[in-house]
Amino acid sequence: MRDQIILRIAAKILIGPILLFALYVQFHGDYGPGGGFQAGVIFAAGVILYALVFGLDRARAAIPTGVVTWCGTLGVLIFAGVGVAAMFMGGNFLDYGVLLYDAEHAQHIGILLVEAGVLVTVFGVMVTLFYSFAGRRRSR
Amino acid sequence: MESVVDLALLGLLAVTAFGVLRLRNLVAVVMLMGIYSFLSAALFVVLDAVDVAFTEVAVGAGVSTILALGTLALVGTRQKRHTKSPLIPLLIVLVTGGMLVYGTYDLPRWGQPDNPVHGHVAPEYLADHVPLAGEEGNVLEVHIPNIVTTVLASYRGYDTLGETTVVFAAMVGVLTLFVGSRRPRRTGGPPADEEGGSGAS
Repeated sequence: MRDQIILRIAAKILIGPILLFALYVQFHGDYGPGGGFQAGVIFAAGVILYALVFGLDRARAAIPTGVVTWCGTLGVLIFAGVGVAAMFMGGNFLDYGVLLYDAEHAQHIGILLVEAGVLVTVFGVMVTLFYSFAGRRRSR
Repeated sequence: MESVVDLALLGLLAVTAFGVLRLRNLVAVVMLMGIYSFLSAALFVVLDAVDVAFTEVAVGAGVSTILALGTLALVGTRQKRHTKSPLIPLLIVLVTGGMLVYGTYDLPRWGQPDNPVHGHVAPEYLADHVPLAGEEGNVLEVHIPNIVTTVLASYRGYDTLGETTVVFAAMVGVLTLFVGSRRPRRTGGPPADEEGGSGAS
C-alpha cells in the first residue's frame, strides 16, 4: 500500500496522535475510562497501522520482533514484581499499601506500575500476534 | 426512551448475528463481527459501563478484526458448504438454549437494589471510594476518581494479574504454533530462521 498517497499521508498524520492517545488513555485511566488494556491495544494499533501502510519490513526495522516478544513477557514480570515487592516490604502479595510511607500514595503508585505492566504486555502480545500472522502470509 | 434504544440495539445485534450465520463470504463475516462489536459497545454505554465499551471497541472491533483478516489471508475467504444434516446440532442448540432460558428464572430481577451483587463487597468499595458524610473510610482508602480502575488494579489485582497472564499465554501459544511450523520448511537456507524465531524459547 506504499504507493497509495492518500493512505500514506493519512497514516503519517494519524500514527503520532494514535500513540499519544494511547498514552493519554493509560495515564488518564485513574480519572476517566481507560487503563492498561485499552492503551496497550491502541498503542499496538498505531504500530499495526504503520505496518499495514509502510510494509512489515519497515515496521520490523522500527520495532523488532524480539523487542515486542520481550515486551509481552516483561509486562507480566512488572505486574508480578510489584506483588513480590509488596511481599518483601512486609505486606501481602499485590498489597500496594506498604510500598511507600503513605498508604494512599502507595496505592496510586502501585496501580500506576501495575497498569504499566498491563500496557506493556498487551502491546507486546498484540504486535507479536500481528507480526506472526502477517509474516506467515508473506512467507507463503 | 432508554428501552427504545435498548430494543433497537438488541434488534440490530440479532440482525447482525443472522447475517454472520447466513453469509459465506468470510471477509463480510469479519466486517459484520466488527459491527456486532460496535453494537455491543453501544449497549455497554447505555448500561453506563464505559470502560467495558472502550475495551470492546478497541479489542473486539479493532485488533480482532485485523487479526481475523490476517487469518483469512492464510486460509481463504470462502466458507465450505456443510454436507451433514443440521438436525443434531440444531437439537443440541435448542436444548442448551432452553436450559439457559430456564436458568434465568432463578436469577434475581434485573436492576433491583437489593440484589445479591449489590450487597456483597460493592458497598465497601463505594464507601472507600466516596467516603460518606460522617463516616470514616475503610482501611484501604484509594481515592482514585475512576472506581473501575481502583477495582481492576487494586481490589481485584489478582484477577487482573491472571488476565495479563492469559494474554501472555496467547502469545506463547501463537509463537509455538507459528514458529514451530515454520522451521522444517526452511531447512535449506541457513539465515532465514532469524527473523521470527528470536525470543520464542
